[in-house]
Amino acid sequence: MGIRFILMVNKQGQTRLAQYYEYLTLEERRALEGEIVRKCLARTEQQCSFVEHRNYKIVYRRYASLFFLVGVDNEENELAILEFIHLLVETMDRHFGNVCELDIMFHLEKAHFMLEEMVMNGCIVETSKANILSPIQLMDKAS
Amino acid sequence: MALSGMRGLSVFISDIRNCQNKELERLRVDKELGNIRTRFKNEKASTPYEKKKYVWKILYIYMLGYDVDFGHMEAVSLISAPKYPEKQVGYIVTSCLLNENHDFLRLAINTVRNDIIGRNETFQCLALTLVGNIGGREFAESLAPDVQKLLISSSCRPLVRKKAALCLLRLYRKNPDVVNVDGWSDRMAQLLDERDFGILTSSMSLLVALLSNNHEAYWSCLPKCVKVLERLARNQDVPQEYTYYGIPSPWLQVKTMRALQYFPTIEDPNTRRSLFEVLQRILMGTDVVKNVNKNNASHAVLFEALALVMHLDAEKEMMSQCVALLGKFIAVREPNIRYLGLENMTRMLMVTDVQDIIKRHQAQIITSLKDPDISIRRRALDLLYGMCDVSNAKDIVEEILQYLSSADFAMREELSLKAAILAEKFAPDLSWYVDVILQLIDKAGDFVSDDIWFRVVQFVTNNEDLQTYAAVKVREYVDKPAIHETMVKLSAYILGEYSHLLARRPGCSPKEIFNIIHEKLPTVSTSTIPILLSTYAKILMHTQPPDPELQNQIWAVFGKYESCIDAEIQQRAVEYHALSRKGAALMDIFAEMPKFPERQSALIRKAEDSEADTAEQSAIKLRAAQQQTSNALVVTDQHPANGTPPVGQLSLVKVPSVSNVDQNTTEQGVTQANGALTIVDPQPPSTPSADLLGDLLGPLAIEGHPSAAVQPEPNLASGLEGGSNAAADALAIAPVEEQSNIVQPIGDIAERFHALCLKDSGVLYEDPYIQIGIKAEWRAQHGRLVLFLGNKNIAPLVSVQALILPPSHLKMELSLVPGTIPPRAQVQCPLEVINLRPSRDVAVLDFSYKFGTHVVNPKLRLPAVLNKFLQPIQVSPEEFFPQWRSLSGPPLKLQEVVRGVRPMPLVEMANLFNGFRLTVCPGLDPNPNNMVASTTFYSENTRAMLCLVRIETDPADRTQLRMTVASGDPALTSELKEFIKEQLVSIPVPSRAPAPVPPPAQPVSPPTATSDPGAILAGLLAERLIFIPPCFTDGMRAGDPKINFLKK
Repeated sequence: MGIRFILMVNKQGQTRLAQYYEYLTLEERRALEGEIVRKCLARTEQQCSFVEHRNYKIVYRRYASLFFLVGVDNEENELAILEFIHLLVETMDRHFGNVCELDIMFHLEKAHFMLEEMVMNGCIVETSKANILSPIQLMDKAS
Repeated sequence: MALSGMRGLSVFISDIRNCQNKELERLRVDKELGNIRTRFKNEKASTPYEKKKYVWKILYIYMLGYDVDFGHMEAVSLISAPKYPEKQVGYIVTSCLLNENHDFLRLAINTVRNDIIGRNETFQCLALTLVGNIGGREFAESLAPDVQKLLISSSCRPLVRKKAALCLLRLYRKNPDVVNVDGWSDRMAQLLDERDFGILTSSMSLLVALLSNNHEAYWSCLPKCVKVLERLARNQDVPQEYTYYGIPSPWLQVKTMRALQYFPTIEDPNTRRSLFEVLQRILMGTDVVKNVNKNNASHAVLFEALALVMHLDAEKEMMSQCVALLGKFIAVREPNIRYLGLENMTRMLMVTDVQDIIKRHQAQIITSLKDPDISIRRRALDLLYGMCDVSNAKDIVEEILQYLSSADFAMREELSLKAAILAEKFAPDLSWYVDVILQLIDKAGDFVSDDIWFRVVQFVTNNEDLQTYAAVKVREYVDKPAIHETMVKLSAYILGEYSHLLARRPGCSPKEIFNIIHEKLPTVSTSTIPILLSTYAKILMHTQPPDPELQNQIWAVFGKYESCIDAEIQQRAVEYHALSRKGAALMDIFAEMPKFPERQSALIRKAEDSEADTAEQSAIKLRAAQQQTSNALVVTDQHPANGTPPVGQLSLVKVPSVSNVDQNTTEQGVTQANGALTIVDPQPPSTPSADLLGDLLGPLAIEGHPSAAVQPEPNLASGLEGGSNAAADALAIAPVEEQSNIVQPIGDIAERFHALCLKDSGVLYEDPYIQIGIKAEWRAQHGRLVLFLGNKNIAPLVSVQALILPPSHLKMELSLVPGTIPPRAQVQCPLEVINLRPSRDVAVLDFSYKFGTHVVNPKLRLPAVLNKFLQPIQVSPEEFFPQWRSLSGPPLKLQEVVRGVRPMPLVEMANLFNGFRLTVCPGLDPNPNNMVASTTFYSENTRAMLCLVRIETDPADRTQLRMTVASGDPALTSELKEFIKEQLVSIPVPSRAPAPVPPPAQPVSPPTATSDPGAILAGLLAERLIFIPPCFTDGMRAGDPKINFLKK
């Protein structure tokens, strides 16, 4: 099914956003997030962007203080996911302007709206920034 | 910094952010939860805006990892809000907090449906997304047609249709029947003609899911996929918004090529040519550029193209291009590309002919084994493991060994296991194998499992020319000051058996050997001491003429452990002590271990299990599957008992690979660990246990392994019994008998069946070769059984067939049963059952397999019996009596006097009823000799239907009783009545005492429609219960002529 989860975690290991596309109990999530964060945050810039963990492959990318971690299964193309992360960041950037960790933190709902336009059921649904952002813009106008 | 529209939420988030530690954060969260809880309780006080705010807070708290056990209802209720902002929050938060099985989700199903079929397209999008993310089976059945309509509707805008595509994908996964293959394949092909990239991207994911189940039905999509790819590759008609760093949607390109990999070949020459042109262009035209994003995106496409070329096994010209590219990639500095290069090269091993080319890169790959990045090291190790064969095994294993000492913890176990397996599989000679394992234990003892040293013992025992070598080697290792306990075990074992071969060498006299081993004893754990004691006993036996001093020393050790608290040690000490005083008899008893029978390597098995665990790159497995056989090393002589076997030089024998099984079996490790399949020996001697551990560490280990039962050697047990051979003979005879007959089931099949009628998991059938276990879950009229087919042997079971012969009232679907069950493997076969209508007929599993020359074909009744579709229900008198009265007389209410009942106290009968999920309702019938029970029966025809049962017994004669059964369905009433009757007259008893079976279906109770006593009873009941309850039964008994008939 492709993407299993998307996490945004800062370098202190605090989760800023978590979106799962398969059901895990809270305990499972806590354990999984803990393990993954420990593994990925310890890595250096010179190491590759892929980490194997349990049945997942974690594709991750760091932007300043924030790590974007995407858990995928064997059915995904790692580099495509890596660039999908970048697309997500660019989309956020287009909306927030110079997006930073605080934007995502304080606009959790908007981050979720964007993600919801981009990924559904673990599959990529839209890659055009204009299309992704149009519902949010509509709403901003309305309010 | 701009605050979001919800101030309270922002304040809360920044409060959390300012918390200095986890404890303060928890306090703040608890306070907030308390606050929200109060607000929600006071329903009226919260406006939609407030609700929205609180629901976001809950999501935020949940995301932080705190359990939130309320608020779900509020989130769900927002879905029905009329305004978009609230509705949106309701949808998004619901899909984050709930899962498909949550009850609240059902509450929303109507709203969701209305939104989907409604006119508001933003609402449609929200609803489709929710269903796409968390919709379950119920949604699948009720929404699939609407979703399909939206997806193909030309009047619908792309933003709705793209979501409909992925929503349908979810529904399809929940219930594949919602997509009608015949009708849908054309529509799917049409979808691929779309211009819109959103629709194309999501439709391509849908297509991949459909193809993975059944590519045959979607051949028509193949040329369309190629067209899409051409369009992208030529950059024709690609909107700017979908171009990423100059590359036309890399994601759609990748997905399209992924879809194409589900077709086995491309037959149409034109399509094939077009595709290869595109692929060629990608392979040739991808350059390394400075911009990271562009580079990644183009390489994402390139790697996918490589995978597709490998899959299509194209003209060899393109394949060599692929290998060349991969060779380049594994040498680059960029870690991502190197990682993927290694990964794809491992995949490429599946393609024949290229292995020699890949071997040219061995040095480069070994460099990556030392990379600072563990992800890359893992890939390199996997690739080395996969490309290893006889020609390069020595180099590769030595590299792994060298790396082992510096490797990090996380990888040591994997490294040592892989080294051990490669050494075993591809050993050019056995002494090298022994060297490797000894080095392994020396360098990474903690990571060398017992299986590994057991295997060494097995080889050494079976190969006489290896024995001296191994003894010399371990003798060298025990000289080291601190050695790993596993090394102590192995060397003690080998020196015990074979140190006499070294007796003339310096430092190898029995006494010296004893001393050096005995030095280790204080450092080892209790599990090792028994092995040391055996070694001492063996040394003693080999010391001829006896050395009184050594004898006394060893006897003193035995004496010391005779009172050891550990039973195993104590028993050995006592036995060895007694035996070693027997003098000459000792020689026979402590003789050398006989050769081990051929068996599959426990290691290789373990490796396969661990591969399943880690879901590692499946290339190795796949490759093995292609080759069908693996070059596992086995010792050829199979009959150690027949005189002197030829000196077992090691030979490479093709044994059937365990790897060529699908997902089912790879799960076996897990289930076996859980103990779902309990493999029980006794086994006939032709199929000795593969459980080396048991063999080596069993209490009687020293006198022989299991197959010793057929050896002419005296048995240790008999020695202890004072020379009586009775015990040994009995041991020896039993299995031989078993062998001479055709395959006999173990245990009573009928009893097993009856037991399974009452419980949901257990063994359905077992014989010396196979065990069939069953595990069932029942929900209303649905049942899901899993058959566990466990091969108990070290040889595969072939020609396995399982046919279900369902009775007409059951719809049963058995998943594919593999034709071969590999040695020691367990296969799980799910079986879906739907109960259409009430019936007592029983489904039969017609099972057959071949083992050697035996064809075994048991026909087994499956416990999908009537009572499995019952759900216990407790009814109150207020519910019972009106119901009982309204079901007046046949055919809805039937009564019968049953004779030949197995006498039992009423309590026992009540237990029996409860066991069949008929809830006994105590107190409903005041007569202590009577019993009333209720239950709900489920089937497609009847749906949920209440059944009521009344049993009247006669304390004077427990072999007969009167039974009245009532339900809203005539067939159900009659079947249930007969079913209960069967249970009462022929209860399976363990002793199998012949139960008095009455002639079945004797018209004991003539139809009495005119004066149905039940109806009379009901009338009486209703009245009397209200007015004078105690008379309940008295009145009934007196007024009922049937009772007299019964008493006669």
